[in-house]
Amino acid sequence: MDKEGIRGIVDEIAALASGSDRMNLMEVCGTHTVSLFRTGAKSLLPETVRLVSGPGCPVCVTSQAYIDLAGELALRPDTTVCTYGDMVRVPGRRGSLEALRAEGAKVAVVYSARDALAYARRNPERHAVFLAVGFETTTPATAATVLEAENEGLKNFYILGGHKRIIPAMHTLLSAGEVPIDGFLCPGHVSVVIGAGAYEPIASHYRKPCVVAGFELEGMLRAILLLVRQAVRYEARVENTYGAAVTVEGNRAARELTERVFEPSDAVWRAMGRIPESGLDLRPAYRRYDAMDRFGLSFGSEVTPHGCLCGEVIQGKALPTECALFRKKCTPREPVGPCMVSMEGTCAAWYKYGPARAEGGGNR
Amino acid sequence: MSGAGRIVMAHGGGGEATRLLLEERIVSKLGNPILDPLTDGAVLHPPDGPICFTTDSYVVRPLEFPGGDIGRLAVCGTVNDLAVMGARPLALSLGLILEEGLPFDLLDRIVDGVAAAAEEAGVPIVTGDTKVIERRGDDGMLINTAGVGTLREDARLGAARVEPGDALLISGRIAEHGLAVLSVRENLAFDTDIRSDAAPLYGLVDRLLGSGADVRFLRDPTRSGLAGVLADLAEETGFALEVEEEAIPITAAVLHTADLLGLDPLTIANEGKVVAVVAGADAPRALEALRSHPLGRRAAVIGRVTESEPPLVELLTRGGGRRLVQRPYGEDLPRIC
Ligand code: SF4
Ligand code: SF4
Repeated sequence: MDKEGIRGIVDEIAALASGSDRMNLMEVCGTHTVSLFRTGAKSLLPETVRLVSGPGCPVCVTSQAYIDLAGELALRPDTTVCTYGDMVRVPGRRGSLEALRAEGAKVAVVYSARDALAYARRNPERHAVFLAVGFETTTPATAATVLEAENEGLKNFYILGGHKRIIPAMHTLLSAGEVPIDGFLCPGHVSVVIGAGAYEPIASHYRKPCVVAGFELEGMLRAILLLVRQAVRYEARVENTYGAAVTVEGNRAARELTERVFEPSDAVWRAMGRIPESGLDLRPAYRRYDAMDRFGLSFGSEVTPHGCLCGEVIQGKALPTECALFRKKCTPREPVGPCMVSMEGTCAAWYKYGPARAEGGGNR
Repeated sequence: MSGAGRIVMAHGGGGEATRLLLEERIVSKLGNPILDPLTDGAVLHPPDGPICFTTDSYVVRPLEFPGGDIGRLAVCGTVNDLAVMGARPLALSLGLILEEGLPFDLLDRIVDGVAAAAEEAGVPIVTGDTKVIERRGDDGMLINTAGVGTLREDARLGAARVEPGDALLISGRIAEHGLAVLSVRENLAFDTDIRSDAAPLYGLVDRLLGSGADVRFLRDPTRSGLAGVLADLAEETGFALEVEEEAIPITAAVLHTADLLGLDPLTIANEGKVVAVVAGADAPRALEALRSHPLGRRAAVIGRVTESEPPLVELLTRGGGRRLVQRPYGEDLPRIC
């Protein structure tokens, strides 16, 4: 779509929103946070429409106690921790995995769960533990990997379970009622798996508009337009602007794979605490792949770095710029909290992409 | 394992095995009158003007990727470092560090890559060194190259010469090298045909400098991509840069793949591109010069230097928005999901 077309959508948003108070729309997903900046969408929106980030970055919501366990594992002489790159820089109590690696901890960066499995295969004399994090999009891949390990009879592959489910987290946010939210920009990738229908209860029970969007500028702006339109009309429905990829019921095969291997369980989210049914545990038949069981681990206590507002940021209660450490003590070079580490982290996005100058809209 | 067809420690021992390795697999392919005597150093004849000297090490993994290999990269990288200094490359050295277990046929292909790139660049490899180290993991090798060149008299390059009103150019499509390497690393295969752009750039730079345009600054946007060069430029000059996303040459496949992986194409590495700052009025002439060379066919004016405060790089996005461009911290990684 050309600039005029984009302008048209933006003007329509501005016209609709002009009569009401400032509207708060939450982008649940970290990739939306980054894309909204990267495409310039934030700078195009009127002051009356404010986007706040939600708990949709898998790195940011992972508890610090989890990072500490990963560190403990990596320091064992016979164990290698295999992880997505973002995770190695998140500070734990004893430092990040990156820092521990310099002290001799074994950490291998992988791009997928299957890479971790391949590592286990290549190094039969070591235990390979995959840090299984991510939302509904990555879970099926982890499940498939566990099944593959089972098929092959691999004895040195484990996962440290950290997968999360987004809908329970949205429930928790809304029932706490502390954050004014006028609608949700729902994640494209996650919705491919769970389906647009998964947001029905959010829309009907809490009366919040939910619109699924992909990650290009036009799609995101269209979704914002639909959200604003619903909000000013006091409607609350699920709509989907990512119809090419997202159906109402989602990807059944992917969900079945997850259900075969995992069962819902309570999980601890960074700063949000324990959320019922928001995590996934290996089913008893696959428990032997659970690193917690195998190595007799248990979660320690959570210690939040002094002054860090990450917990507020991922719940839409604070903007990165409201954190006293932002750009000062906390930078991508020396991150204090995970929001500054992750590629999808809200603070990292604000740091990288804007706001550039004082002039311009309230979203910059 | 017998070690047949692979590098073994004996190849580094300095004896007969070493001599055979060098003669059969390396020198025979790179041969030239300066290298051939295999003396301890190369004798070069001093040029009139100042010389430019540079070195770089190459540790890329995997060793081969679509569009190139570590050997090609090592030659291009060093030639390009000289070129963007405004120096005509004169001679290169080649240091090979071979890991025990490296298959001969892979080594052969890489030395061929070195030879072909050196030929393309028109620069001889005049001295070198080969070491064998114990196996550390996967079969591997590292390369160090150094290069000398003669500084051109007409090259008056440096951030200090950049002024508001200058134009910003790039010689072609971005982000191809980084994505090509990523595409084969681990299992991250995607079905697009993205190839590394690794190429020696002196010929292109020669065209540009010879065009008579007032060229003020040159840099090759390698590891931290276009974003890295732009951020450096703003910092070094104290001026702001305004860049138009729409003007930046990029293929649809690269755009799409980067998007899929959650990577910003501006921060992805290039190995055959040059960023130039030229006097505003000379932009058309510079563009024409770049486009007249095969490696610069897709060159474009992508932005301008401005006076505004603070000295930041701003991208005017395709849809008409704005955002900041900063150099990435470390290497950007594909997103988790
Ligand atoms: S891409 Fe997936 S995991 Fe990443 S932030 Fe979005 S929804 Fe969450
Ligand atoms: S700026 Fe740093 S410390 Fe503050 S909320 Fe963000 S990540 Fe946490």
